[in-house]
Amino acid sequence: MTVSLVLVAVMAALFACGVYLILERSMTRVLLGILLLGNASNLLLLVVMGAPGVAPIVDGDTGERVTDPLPQALALTAIVITFSVSAFVLALIYRSWRLAQRDEVDDDVADLAVRTEREGSEFAAAPDLIVDDSEFTEEPHPDDEPEPQSAPAGEERSS
Amino acid sequence: MTLESLVPLVVLVPLLAAAGVLALGRRLRAQRLVTVIALTLTLGISVALLIGVDAAGTLVVEVGGWQAPFGIVLVVDRLAALLLVVSSVVLLAVLLFSVGQGLAYGDDETPVTIYNPAYLILAAGVFTAFIAGDLFNLYVGFEILLVASYVLITLGGTEARIRTGTTYIVVSLVSSFLFLASIAMIYGALGTVNLAHIAVRMAEIPAETQTLLHVMLLIGFGIKAAVFPLSFWLPDSYPTAPAPVTAVFAGLLTKVGVYAIIRTETLLFPSPELNPALLIVAILTMVVGILGAVAQTDIKRLLSFTLVSHIGFLILGIGLGTIDGTAATIYYVAHHIVVQTALFLAAGLIEQVGGSTSIPRLGGLLALAPSVGVLYLVAALNLGGIPPFSGFLGKLGLFQASIATGDPLAFVAVGAGALVSLLTLYALMRVWSRVFWGTPPAPADEESTDAVEPTHDDVYPATGAVAIAERARAIPRLMTTATVGLVLAGIALTVLAGPLYQYAERAALVLGENGYVTAVFPEGTPEVLDD
Repeated sequence: MTVSLVLVAVMAALFACGVYLILERSMTRVLLGILLLGNASNLLLLVVMGAPGVAPIVDGDTGERVTDPLPQALALTAIVITFSVSAFVLALIYRSWRLAQRDEVDDDVADLAVRTEREGSEFAAAPDLIVDDSEFTEEPHPDDEPEPQSAPAGEERSS
Repeated sequence: MTLESLVPLVVLVPLLAAAGVLALGRRLRAQRLVTVIALTLTLGISVALLIGVDAAGTLVVEVGGWQAPFGIVLVVDRLAALLLVVSSVVLLAVLLFSVGQGLAYGDDETPVTIYNPAYLILAAGVFTAFIAGDLFNLYVGFEILLVASYVLITLGGTEARIRTGTTYIVVSLVSSFLFLASIAMIYGALGTVNLAHIAVRMAEIPAETQTLLHVMLLIGFGIKAAVFPLSFWLPDSYPTAPAPVTAVFAGLLTKVGVYAIIRTETLLFPSPELNPALLIVAILTMVVGILGAVAQTDIKRLLSFTLVSHIGFLILGIGLGTIDGTAATIYYVAHHIVVQTALFLAAGLIEQVGGSTSIPRLGGLLALAPSVGVLYLVAALNLGGIPPFSGFLGKLGLFQASIATGDPLAFVAVGAGALVSLLTLYALMRVWSRVFWGTPPAPADEESTDAVEPTHDDVYPATGAVAIAERARAIPRLMTTATVGLVLAGIALTVLAGPLYQYAERAALVLGENGYVTAVFPEGTPEVLDD
């Protein structure tokens, strides 16, 4: 099986960028990461197809080389699935924006409650335990203030 | 009509019913009727398949008449048939529970037009995954059930559900991409996606490549099955969904991942090289999961952590790599699907009666709603592994299989398993003593208990004794009946433990003796194709 080096390189770059983006807090960037990962997986399917440039299905037994049609079918199915899921995630982002004016994935509220219940005082005493991820966020939106859902949880969120 | 022709119906019936239900639009009564009929029909078909498969052996359907390695095959062996029956029972019970809830309390929890179709599609996805005979079909099954679960977990689109739904969706997508990438790699290495054909050809490639493919598949499935350290997403995302949705997710979705791991370990990579790793992961999943459960103050979150913890028991049985271990896992899967779902339904009843699932907000429910208390207690004792319940029998089987291997790591796993059973009991009995005994919190102390964060954003109803007693009387009979049904199914697993365990042993024997491959290729394995 021959493999195109360019395709492999592009696939690797897409996977790397996708993983980087999906680790962000901003949901829009996560969506971009999902799209890149999806495309990278589809490229991987094309890579394993073997040498391109020949028709996948030839009528009758002409003795010519044919390209393996199965990975193409798999890639098509995968494209449809990625497309529909991306549409759903977009709707989710829009809904999140409409409800909370936020584009970020928050920490688990109940998890924070369990943690602060036990260690609340320690956290207050040692502020450097609070993770500062402001480097990765855009400049704060006017409405971006965390909801005052809970006093202890609110303190831990970086603005 | 042959038995083979029934196999595609377990997927087609829910899928076609979903289309029909969607077309029915806002005619809610008709929607519910069609959904219940479709799932009852599926249950009937599954039972017929179970009996047929046990009598006649593995069923193989070559879809469209294309021969095995080239076309798509659907395979129902004893393992798949058992899981089909158990999941149909659970799906039907949870559906009846949600119908009862919807009838009595309106549909603010479950928006009218989407719930039933999404539920049916989820069922179709679960069944597709169980009967898939090739890796890509398994992927499609996963995607069908995941997309339906995305809709169900964000039902109603409240802020809390959107937040938890986002975590769930992103994590599921990562696992799907990993799975897809492993399918591509396997196709690149072996030139096939047919499970039996992969099993035949796997020996032809270098051992290092095998390990790579093995690890990739296990990570993808491990995220879905919520195996530590890939389980962090589950307790965050499950508890926020409506009670019936959480119940069905807890029962089925992680088990589909476990099913995929069983197939990977018994069929695709029967070599024992990763078994020690699986055992270590199993021990960690059990211990870390249950320690999480002990710390929780919300019943649904506590149950989600016990769910993670008990996935560890299943992985333990798989990691032993013996036929006994697989048999114990198969029995334990059936037990755990039923009992964990029953517990989540009981938690749904507690929420309905007490107005909350937060432990400090509840108390004295036993006097006010004794039936809920009994249902919770029986299911909790069952999960905790008190004899004579099926949880005890399943754990006993797992421990016996572990000790039979003589592996020191397996002995450690037995110790960890016993400890985890005790801690499960501790966590569940803490709920029992606080929620069902004790005094009901006075309606006035709403302010003082505010330190405990609610996992939902809905407004809590009054928690006073009078209000609780009123709600306990008003609880719809269908909700209680559905929960009773599942709790009784859990007890039936004890009563029928003998035949069921023998069935699990026969199922494991087929898996262990290459029965899958010989069923798919009855005339010998196909020649190595010229690439």
